[in-house]
Amino acid sequence: MCEFIVRFLIGGIVVSLFAILGDVLRPKSFAGYFGAAPSIALATIGLTIAKNGPQYAATEARSMILGAAAFFLYAVCVSWILGRYKPSTLTATVGLIPVWFGMSFAFLYLLHAVVLT
Amino acid sequence: MIKMELSALKETKPHEYAVRFVFGGACTVLAGLIAKHFGPAIGGLFLAFPAIFPAGASLIESHEKRRKAKIGCDGTNRGRLAASVDSAGAALGCVGLCLFALILWWGLPRHNAYAIITFASIVWVCVSSTLWSVRRYRIFHGGKSRRGDREASR
Repeated sequence: MCEFIVRFLIGGIVVSLFAILGDVLRPKSFAGYFGAAPSIALATIGLTIAKNGPQYAATEARSMILGAAAFFLYAVCVSWILGRYKPSTLTATVGLIPVWFGMSFAFLYLLHAVVLT
Repeated sequence: MIKMELSALKETKPHEYAVRFVFGGACTVLAGLIAKHFGPAIGGLFLAFPAIFPAGASLIESHEKRRKAKIGCDGTNRGRLAASVDSAGAALGCVGLCLFALILWWGLPRHNAYAIITFASIVWVCVSSTLWSVRRYRIFHGGKSRRGDREASR
């Protein structure tokens, strides 16, 4: 229980710090990079290494590469939809989250089915 | 030129900071729980989950709307444009995120963990800045700016 409280506090602080950086940096096109900051990774990787060791954290990092590739496709879709159609930003960003899920699990499946077999 | 505009902090309301904190904390806990139940291969995916991105992009849209409303204009389109620019930036930021993860994957079993995390973070910052500069150079065609880009970057 204590571990999850620590994770919650560290995660909240790190994500908020990156969000604040994104707010104050100009131009906005640069600040956008902070939307894809490794905030959750930075918040948890130290705890993961301390508890499960570096090999476990490295396995997580390998999957994170796939998650980041899915994030890239998701952000491209959001940018295109917002530029092309007229949805609210919240509708587009939340409505397209299944793109991230679909792509990241597809990449993971491909990694295990094609590369690691 | 990249600069800091601290006055932008006043635009964010206290409850918006609270939402980010709670979202960030919840996603970090969720990533840990998923890794615990399904193993590091699936848990690792959630280290790159766009957790705070919808909230951040929506805040950008609402700030632009609020700014335009102050001068009696409808900022809906401008807000959407700003969020779209932010999303395009995030997409390029994902390249840096991939490299960050790649360095962790390669380096963690071989070298000092904290040195590798620091190195990966530096690479993320450098790659993001470089990609932004390249993108800006391509957009502005050697300094000749377009109105839309100039407005969106304000």
